Amino acid sequence: MFTVLFDQGSDGRMYGVWLLSGLGWTLSLAFFGWWLAFAIGLVVGIGRTVENRTIAILSRVYVEVFRNIPVLVQMFLWYFVVPELLPASLGTWIKQMPPPWGAFFPALVCLSFYTAARVAEQVRAGLEALPAGQREAAAALGLTERRTYWLVLVPQALRLIVPSLTSEVMGIYKNTSVALTIGLLELTAEARQISEETFQTFAAFGAATIIYLMLALAAYQLMSWIDERARIPGTAPPARRKSLRLLARRLPEGASP
Amino acid sequence: MNMHLPTPRLAGPAQAEPAIVLEGVTKFYGGFRALNHVDLEVARGETVIICGPSGSGKSTLIRCLNRIETHDRGRIVVNGHELTDALKDIAAVRREVGMVFQSFNLFPHLTILENCMLAPVQARGISRREARETAMHFLSKVRIPDQAGKYPGQLSGGQQQRVAIARALCMRPQVMLFDEPTSALDPEMVKEVLDTMVGLAGEGMTMVCVTHEMGFAREVADRVVFMDKGAVVEQDTPERFFSAPASERAREFLRQVIH
Repeated sequence: MFTVLFDQGSDGRMYGVWLLSGLGWTLSLAFFGWWLAFAIGLVVGIGRTVENRTIAILSRVYVEVFRNIPVLVQMFLWYFVVPELLPASLGTWIKQMPPPWGAFFPALVCLSFYTAARVAEQVRAGLEALPAGQREAAAALGLTERRTYWLVLVPQALRLIVPSLTSEVMGIYKNTSVALTIGLLELTAEARQISEETFQTFAAFGAATIIYLMLALAAYQLMSWIDERARIPGTAPPARRKSLRLLARRLPEGASP
Repeated sequence: MNMHLPTPRLAGPAQAEPAIVLEGVTKFYGGFRALNHVDLEVARGETVIICGPSGSGKSTLIRCLNRIETHDRGRIVVNGHELTDALKDIAAVRREVGMVFQSFNLFPHLTILENCMLAPVQARGISRREARETAMHFLSKVRIPDQAGKYPGQLSGGQQQRVAIARALCMRPQVMLFDEPTSALDPEMVKEVLDTMVGLAGEGMTMVCVTHEMGFAREVADRVVFMDKGAVVEQDTPERFFSAPASERAREFLRQVIH
């Protein structure tokens, strides 16, 4: 049934190549979007827990704004509205960016800002799950707040939230498909084009589905590996069989008895 | 009659200035008065044991001494620095004051050696090599140099608490604060930690220790401070405090603690 992928499309390339090109855009968007989201989310998540009220409030506002507007709406806002709000010359420059980039950059900003809000909440939860004694011990040793976060709190919080960050990685990767609405020819958009040219809807979207699934599994395995590698010796639960680990929910480690 | 002794051990003029001075220190948690006009002086080299029933404000008091808790009224002067909101660099004061907690609070993601090196390197700016030597010196002193490469989760409670003491000592503090250091330990591990503290007191470290270990208090204390309901009820040498407590509340407390 997937033989259609080896047929030549209207531009002379095979339909399979169309899918691969779409996959390339999907992966670039997810990859760069994720690292941006992670960086912003880390800063905002820390911001939500610091003593400085202004920073805490600003971080809260960021999270509420970007988490509570649907991704699709945010995508349209970045693509259609933001260029109009900017100074005319800058707005025109954005609107005149050559085809893939004109859609890619708004999509990148949209997905990373949205995912960052979600990452920030995970980071905050991780920081708040740490025993208060960790912060106190660092303070008592004369570490500044900044160093306390960087050397003591964040390294522990990140380890705690690897499992929930896994869902955010998969989330941004799946949300890349929303970028088709502003004209980025990512995987879903290419599948739809194949289906429109060939009427082989089932084959086109079936192939896209398989690719999405396989990559999600790969991402999951990668994150499990990171989780395993980052685990602190002396806190590790007894080794389980892999099949069990897939189902196991991780409990936050209460560091002190 | 012996309610307020002058500080017992005084030496030359260099030591004349007390390590810690509290004057009229009062603290509220909401409407609850956790500390009620506490006056206290700790001389350099002195070992002061603070005891009292639970909820008497002992831990709150000791946590105010490095400003992990803030007091609402009165003055606290530690090593010549008055602890106020105006104090620019509280971290600098804390570097002079070591603290050991009931629940150890080692950093679980760092090895024992890294736990001991972190603050000297990051807060004092000491070279890694020197910090490592200092760390190994104090780990030997608390008798666990062989565990340096392990993580806190791989050690027993008593070992963890000894590491916590070593970690604090690595900052070369002028004063050590102990907040119920043996309360979270299994009974068979209490002694190893207390022995370490006895050694420290013997070397002339200025120590303030909240504890229920009355045998330990009798052995090392220069002075025992008894607190109840947020106030210092009496303070005396351990000999006199344990044999003839002045207040009814202290007698009641000792009846319950010493079986």
